[in-house]
Amino acid sequence: MKLTRREYIKSNAIAAAAAAAGITLPTTKALAETQGDESIRWDKAPCRFCGTGCSILVGTQKGRIVATQGDPDAPVNKGLNCIKGYFLSKIPYGRDRLTQPLLRKSNGVYDKEGEFTPVSWDEAFDIMAEKWKEALRKKGPTSVGMFGSGQWTVWEGYAASKLYKAGFRSNNIDPNARHCMASAVAGFIRTFGIDEPMGCYDDLDQSDTFVLWGSNMAEMHPILWSRLTNRRLSAKHVRVAVLSTYSHRSCDLADNELIFKPQSDLAIANYIANYIIQNGAVNEEFVAKHTNFRKGVTDIGYGLRPEHPKEKGAKDAGNAKASSPIDFEEFKAFVSDYTVEKASQISGVPERNLEELAKLYADPNRTVMSLWTMGMNQHTRGTWVNNLVYNIHLLTGKISMPGNGPFSLTGQPSACGTAREVGTFAHRLPADLVVMKKPHRDIAEKRWQLPEGTIPAKPGYHAVLQNRMLKDGKLNAYWVMCNNNVQASANMLEETLPGYRNPENFIVVSDPYPTVTAQAADLVLPTAMWVEKEGAYGNAERRTQFWRQQISPPGGARSDLWQLVEFAKRFKVEEVWTPELIEKMPEYKGKTLYDILFANGEVNKFPLSEIQEGYENEEAQHFGYYIQKGLFEEYAGFGRGHKHDLGDFDTYHKVRGMRWPVVDGKETLWRFKEGSDPYVKKGAGFEFYGKPDGRAWIFALPYQPPAEEPDFEYDLWLCTGRVLEHWHSGSMTQRVPELHRAFPDTVIYMHPDDAKKRGLRRGMNAKITSRRGEITTRIETKGRNRPPRGLVFVPWFDARRLINKLTLDATCPISKETDFKKCAVKISKA
Amino acid sequence: MSNKEKKGGQQQEGITRRVFLGETARGASVATLVGVGLWAKAETAHTLPLRHIRPPGALVEQDFLAKCVRCGLCVRSCPYDTLRLGKVEEPGVVGTPFFKAREIPCEMCEDIPCVVACPTGALDKGLKNIEKAQMGLAVLADQETCLNFLGLRCEVCYRVCPVMDKAITLERLQNKRTGRHAMFIPVVHSDHCTGCGKCERACVLTEAAINILPIDLVKGKMGKHYRLGWVEKEKKGGPLAPNIINKPLGQWGLDP
Amino acid sequence: MKRARLVGQEAVEKKGWLRTHKWLILRRSSQFSIIGLFLLWPLAEIHFIQGNLNASLILDLIPLTDPFLASQVLMAGLGMEYPAMIGLAVVVGIYLLIGGRTYCSWVCPINPVTDAAAWLRRRLGLQKGMGLSRTTRYWMLAVALILPAVGGQLFWELVNPVTLVQRGLIFGVGLAWVVIVMVFLFDLFVSSDGWCGRLCPMGAFYSLLTPVALLRVEARQRDQCNDCLDCFKVCPEPQVIKPALKGAATGQGPTIQDINCTNCGRCVDICAPNVFEFAIHLPDKSRISL
Repeated sequence: MKLTRREYIKSNAIAAAAAAAGITLPTTKALAETQGDESIRWDKAPCRFCGTGCSILVGTQKGRIVATQGDPDAPVNKGLNCIKGYFLSKIPYGRDRLTQPLLRKSNGVYDKEGEFTPVSWDEAFDIMAEKWKEALRKKGPTSVGMFGSGQWTVWEGYAASKLYKAGFRSNNIDPNARHCMASAVAGFIRTFGIDEPMGCYDDLDQSDTFVLWGSNMAEMHPILWSRLTNRRLSAKHVRVAVLSTYSHRSCDLADNELIFKPQSDLAIANYIANYIIQNGAVNEEFVAKHTNFRKGVTDIGYGLRPEHPKEKGAKDAGNAKASSPIDFEEFKAFVSDYTVEKASQISGVPERNLEELAKLYADPNRTVMSLWTMGMNQHTRGTWVNNLVYNIHLLTGKISMPGNGPFSLTGQPSACGTAREVGTFAHRLPADLVVMKKPHRDIAEKRWQLPEGTIPAKPGYHAVLQNRMLKDGKLNAYWVMCNNNVQASANMLEETLPGYRNPENFIVVSDPYPTVTAQAADLVLPTAMWVEKEGAYGNAERRTQFWRQQISPPGGARSDLWQLVEFAKRFKVEEVWTPELIEKMPEYKGKTLYDILFANGEVNKFPLSEIQEGYENEEAQHFGYYIQKGLFEEYAGFGRGHKHDLGDFDTYHKVRGMRWPVVDGKETLWRFKEGSDPYVKKGAGFEFYGKPDGRAWIFALPYQPPAEEPDFEYDLWLCTGRVLEHWHSGSMTQRVPELHRAFPDTVIYMHPDDAKKRGLRRGMNAKITSRRGEITTRIETKGRNRPPRGLVFVPWFDARRLINKLTLDATCPISKETDFKKCAVKISKA
Repeated sequence: MSNKEKKGGQQQEGITRRVFLGETARGASVATLVGVGLWAKAETAHTLPLRHIRPPGALVEQDFLAKCVRCGLCVRSCPYDTLRLGKVEEPGVVGTPFFKAREIPCEMCEDIPCVVACPTGALDKGLKNIEKAQMGLAVLADQETCLNFLGLRCEVCYRVCPVMDKAITLERLQNKRTGRHAMFIPVVHSDHCTGCGKCERACVLTEAAINILPIDLVKGKMGKHYRLGWVEKEKKGGPLAPNIINKPLGQWGLDP
Repeated sequence: MKRARLVGQEAVEKKGWLRTHKWLILRRSSQFSIIGLFLLWPLAEIHFIQGNLNASLILDLIPLTDPFLASQVLMAGLGMEYPAMIGLAVVVGIYLLIGGRTYCSWVCPINPVTDAAAWLRRRLGLQKGMGLSRTTRYWMLAVALILPAVGGQLFWELVNPVTLVQRGLIFGVGLAWVVIVMVFLFDLFVSSDGWCGRLCPMGAFYSLLTPVALLRVEARQRDQCNDCLDCFKVCPEPQVIKPALKGAATGQGPTIQDINCTNCGRCVDICAPNVFEFAIHLPDKSRISL
């Protein structure tokens, strides 16, 4: 092609544009910016989003966040971030940030059908207290409840748990981690007797083999995925296997991609155990010394309402956790049924791929790390499949050593640190204590200086049950904090929204933004977020990270902690406790819950002078003492010396987090292994000290079909999940213009043949319908997720297209975690 | 008719002719001047500015400008309001259809309605498969600000690409700085990139690091005097010179 | 001094205002409703006609192509696809029947602008201005058609006020209003009837479609003419009237035969004694007066 004059002009223009795109700035401007930068104060905080726990440096200037950066010296992320973390500085500054309490009113008074009207905090707490007291008076403690969060700071979760379990004497407090990690928790407790992974992120740099069991790490744990990928690149022998019900970005790296039929992971895990036994790959010494075998009950139902036909016949539904001891031979016989042929037939995965995967686990010279998130946890047999994966690691002894071990990744920044460790679940107390056990309640009551019998013994309503009880009118005063549960709950039209709009109920939602949930509430409380308050998060590798308040919340927004503690002032103990209980500690007579729970000599024992100079701490200043430190130290007392040791408050403010148990100031990387865990006795080798005899349990549990399967009319599987660009319900990331632009609306990821069969093409609007609801959105056949025929995947971040109208509220009967990954839908032209 | 009158008539005729000739000359000159002016203006005004992308199937710019009648039928047929017609003040695109990727990119409709709508063939009716379109070429021009080159996990351009894994692939490199993370580097492949601009649109930077540029400005061209041995071998399905023996005499110490 | 009689005053007195503006009102309605029809698509999503005056599609079926533009495309030498060719035939056919320059008076969006300039010029009593010949437009036409052949693109489209304005009205105005103002000022201060009557190659092109047209204005009652000269004053192409109105002696008329008559009907409106009327001349020599 000859260069005409026109092209010459064009190429010159390109050269000019390229020069302009370079990094050289006019000197004056560059100078001005440097001068401006000097006055930026940088301080550390963990990222606000996922459970990875990347460390951030937050740059503030004149009370505003002007920039953030990945902390270059942080062990987790070494200065890196994902694209959400890149925009952290923008999340507090959405245009629709809430700055004053909003109460539904008509003609100046509260009306459930009224319009949101700005009110003062006093008026907000007045009506709240009135409704709480009314509920307590009429129906007792079980009629008040709270839905909390794995995004609460450690002390917020602790204060909330204490306010409910001790103050209101209601165990109806549950975190949204119920939707997220409950199956992992139940799995850990059932197998090891103690929660949370034994290993840490260092495993990612050392393992020979990575097996993803229902996790799209490439998008959901971006920085960890880059660590895993680096390991794959750095050593030729490293292998990656990905199990999933559809092909996604993590499959790019897979040496072995196993696309299985939903629910059949149970069969695959049992097959691998069978393969290990059949091929003599059992680590006999380890199994003999450190494990017991159990057989679980199996007719446990699907966590649906009791009148549902699938629940009526389930004889073990009330006792789903039960199991009985068996021996190795019985276990061997049990799994021998899961031959490669059978596993292949159930799962649809070719035998060759199954065998290849089994060999990786069986190879004695290979370290193996199993990783999972919601694929395994959001599962009507979520606890089982967690147990079954532990089986494999226990049979081979590949656990608690560098590069070896099962590792459940968390979705929320403090699912571990707050929801699990603090014990904000309906059945839990701090440090793995549970409300059902008298000795555990005694410990808590003693530490909290409460009369014996304050904490109720019966577990409260878990997440799904809370929605049902709201709908049924049994739970009437309800506080939703730091989550977006109307958007997040399965079957929202039938089981979530009705409870929120039930005229018998008063619903309070605390949030920085007007989320779907806030809009369904009766009272909305404007809330401080992230570095607008002092906080602590605990990430997936047991790393607890602290930050200081860096900026002030806008307008009248207040932190969750302030709201919880201030609300406690509204209750005289006589209004909430029985006279008999008060009689046990007459000195509490006439006191408020605030006096008893927070101004108790422990929480209020650290003076304001201990706050780092130069930093705001609005809650502390308001209450007159270093409340965060007081709460933390009281809470940490539960775990110290009991295998859940947390470090010293002030140290956490100086370091980039520490992994508990922190004993003698040293963190623990691998638990249960002699040498790397201070709690393992000398000579024991391994000790699973969560169990009385130090032995982990290997479970015989079968494959069972899911709660709902595609049929003639609803002929497709629906799987829901996340995308890299948005976090959870998108309440923060959808307010960042660049992230919104990168993925504005949810789509239906679909196999092109399935689309064609329905007369649909990529980009067309389609209606997706289940027995419970429908939405309309665009078809995507070429995108990042490539489902097999018969399955569609829809991300749930889009507040304008709520896919949880369609999902089924079936749960794992043990963990009570909803299965968001499997229900039957149909798709037609919109 | 008198002589005088006749003469006067001739004179009048002469004047008329002179006037006629004068007017003709003036008319022709005006028209010529306009023509020259247009020619000069066209040189600059009809150069498609950077960041302006023609609809799918557009002929090479010179031919496109000869065939496009500026009717806007393609604009009206676009379901996503991607295309628009250049306004008077927009040089290079006056009246002609284009889009700016950073504003609204091409959604790559499978039925390509804009091409169907074009009455003249300025958008080539031969384009039946949108994945064969070549509206431009994505160029990850700035590797200094691209977050992926810095090790951050962005790859938004890759994930929005409608021809994902063909037009843009991710190349995995080790991050030497951190020593424990991988980098995922987007690489554009010109034989699959349609220039739809979704990547440029989605780039999260304040100024996009990946841009759609005219193909002829971006693509190099190899001389015909050199062939790539491995490509030629694959194309043929075997060695090009079949008579050469690989290990003619064995190797000391290695052969059994 | 008594103020000069206004053009058309007599007709208004005799026939009333409405009848003195009948064809004008019809023309304005035509011009605006054509633009309006195109806007139905983007504004009201009513799918009747899409595109613009350069090329369009009615009811997703009937293509229309502007023949002047099509000629330039064809001169550029790369041909056109069928829709455009069919549209060309349709449009040429229509104007062969109704007279090419009917486009100028009834369709072209510049016409109201130049009409307004001419009206103001009359009211202000401005002189004729620069004496550009009315033949200049044919030179312009020649240039507009030759340039594409030489340079391979549609040069005139860069500046053509007619298409710039109509496209602006249908697809977003931008600075197209500047073009309108420029044409208005040119006609007002530089040259009377300057744009449409002397320069516009598009009008020149359309005039070439006129010779066999069936729709004509005729001075049927020319014997009633009272020599008020109002028709000459309002006519944008006054040279077309004389043979028809005053040519009885030389055997010309009464039908206006000049290819530059735009069938605007202002002479029909303005004439107090109703000298002029529209008529359709059928091939069998019969006529239907309108």
